[in-house]
Amino acid sequence: MEQYNERYRRILADPRFDELVRKRGRFSAILSALMLGLYLLFILLIAFAPHLLGTPLGRDTVITWGVPVGVGLILVAIILTGVYVRRANGEFDRLTSELLAEVK
Amino acid sequence: MMKRQSIALGALLASLPAVALAQSGEAGITGVNVPAIILFLIFVAATLYITWWASKRSSTASDYYAAGGKITGFQNGLAISGDFMSAASFLGISALVFTSGYDGLIYSMGFLVGWPMIMFLIAERLRNLGRYTFADVASYRLNQRQVKVLSAFGSLAVVALYLIAQVVGAGKLIQLLFGLNYHVAVVLVGVLMVCYVLFGGMLATTWVQMIKAVILLFGATFMALMVLYHVGFSPERLFREAIAVHPSGEAIMSPGGLVSDPISAISLGLALMFGTAGLPHILMRFFTVNDAKEARKSVFVATGFIGYFYILTFIIGFGAILLVSTNPTFHDANGAVIGGTNMVAVHLAEAVGGSLFLGFISAVAFATILAVVAGLALAGASAISHDLYAGAIKGGNVDERVEVGIAKVTVVVLGVVAILLGIAFENQNIAFMVGLAFSIAASCNFPVLLLSMYWRRLTTRGAVWGGGLGLATAIALMILGPTIWVSILGNAEPIYPYDYPALFSMIVAFTGIWLFSVTDHSEAGALDRSRFDDQFVRSQTGLGASGRMIH
Repeated sequence: MEQYNERYRRILADPRFDELVRKRGRFSAILSALMLGLYLLFILLIAFAPHLLGTPLGRDTVITWGVPVGVGLILVAIILTGVYVRRANGEFDRLTSELLAEVK
Repeated sequence: MMKRQSIALGALLASLPAVALAQSGEAGITGVNVPAIILFLIFVAATLYITWWASKRSSTASDYYAAGGKITGFQNGLAISGDFMSAASFLGISALVFTSGYDGLIYSMGFLVGWPMIMFLIAERLRNLGRYTFADVASYRLNQRQVKVLSAFGSLAVVALYLIAQVVGAGKLIQLLFGLNYHVAVVLVGVLMVCYVLFGGMLATTWVQMIKAVILLFGATFMALMVLYHVGFSPERLFREAIAVHPSGEAIMSPGGLVSDPISAISLGLALMFGTAGLPHILMRFFTVNDAKEARKSVFVATGFIGYFYILTFIIGFGAILLVSTNPTFHDANGAVIGGTNMVAVHLAEAVGGSLFLGFISAVAFATILAVVAGLALAGASAISHDLYAGAIKGGNVDERVEVGIAKVTVVVLGVVAILLGIAFENQNIAFMVGLAFSIAASCNFPVLLLSMYWRRLTTRGAVWGGGLGLATAIALMILGPTIWVSILGNAEPIYPYDYPALFSMIVAFTGIWLFSVTDHSEAGALDRSRFDDQFVRSQTGLGASGRMIH
């Protein structure tokens, strides 16, 4: 990897690298916290207040809150990964290729 | 290679029907299942043809371990979902929904939420830093020898436990579905697994996993649609009728006893969530794509398919309450489900699609197991040939062909070991093994991998001590816990009261890594830290990463 060392140092000194790392780091931290938080909330609800998820949605239905919450959480997981890919494969990859072109 | 391949293929095809006939005296749940055997033979013939095709395209180490990095993001996502959706999750989760309703959904949630975390935290850095195994990444700026030995042990422990669980489950399942003798079934799984991995390497394994994912998703979609058709596409009616016939009544619509105490719930959740990010056969799949962009796409595709699949199993489980629990043909004289509740999805297949679809689902279940064990065998072989032999013993200076040769010998050895262990564990309780595999992955592989990429002050000493302690704690707590200490060893009280060790063993691993890193004032430690900047730039930009493109 020695042939890259000099370029690694130049990228490290580039303010746009800082920008990329900061933006992407913050974005993935927010999404991770969101996913982890929702899942933890779900587990804690199950452990401490299972009757909440067992309450029917309305008077004339047997479907409980647990069903839309559970299925919703699956959909949230898929949507959040999609949101991340969209921004990472677009904006972040553009920034990266600009940086790489610079140090060629 | 070609000749050896075609001989193996011929011998296998010739022996299968003979075996089936010889075993026709053994009764499965439906006697000898002819459509299932025919459909399965088609699957085997197709996958062996692909293996032969792949063997012609596989010459270098990169081809063997990583399919030359030529798999697209979509294909890899499909293969990841094929690797991850095991027969245990198809049959087991639908059975869990069948017996306890809503709890089944809780279980599948834990398996799914690991995927977004893999995406946000490790996918692109992993792809940018690694070549063939996750140990490449973990040891990138640390002492190759020591970290690769640790990672190889972590990988092998996970692979061995997972493989035993799959092979024993496969034997039982095939015995039931095809009417084949248990030992014959185990040998068959072992031989096919070796064929795929030995001759076709990662390329063949990837295709086996993709084909399996497609037929499994197709089969599950068809079953869920037929269930919904039965209730006029009204979820309200599905749940209402299920409540009416289920012995627990309305309780099936709310969380029940599965996760009653918070410590066990969190421990299981952590094991499932972060264990996925430490499974060697899953992490290995990230090196089959060309760059970080494709790696991200593959996680998105995999998350989508896996999430969709879990929603289907939920519908299938409720469908089984309606259509299997009320139908006397699926019960024995005592009123128990024939073959046990794990078979409800299979019975449902017959209820909604007749004997031909039953045959299809049986063949899918078999194919599912083959795809998972093939991925495991390849990961196990890489841990020995790439991490232990090439990395730890030879320090990276090794002829590629010798390394691949060692991988191939290891595959054969692994196949024999898997068959022997499968026979040895025939009558053992193996349900805890997958949980333990996830716990070890979460407490040894994952912490070392994560901190090697994120934490500058990590040193080799910290990684080896912390990862080793996490591994040891996970195994020790599992042995002292209710499953092994009480159920298997027959002691009265467990020393460790919870089912899953992950909560504590992960804390031990992270604390150990922290403590042994910050107190490391050696020169080697300083060198480890000094390499962080270069690693960091590469992990963020992909400059210098392996792949087809030359930057």
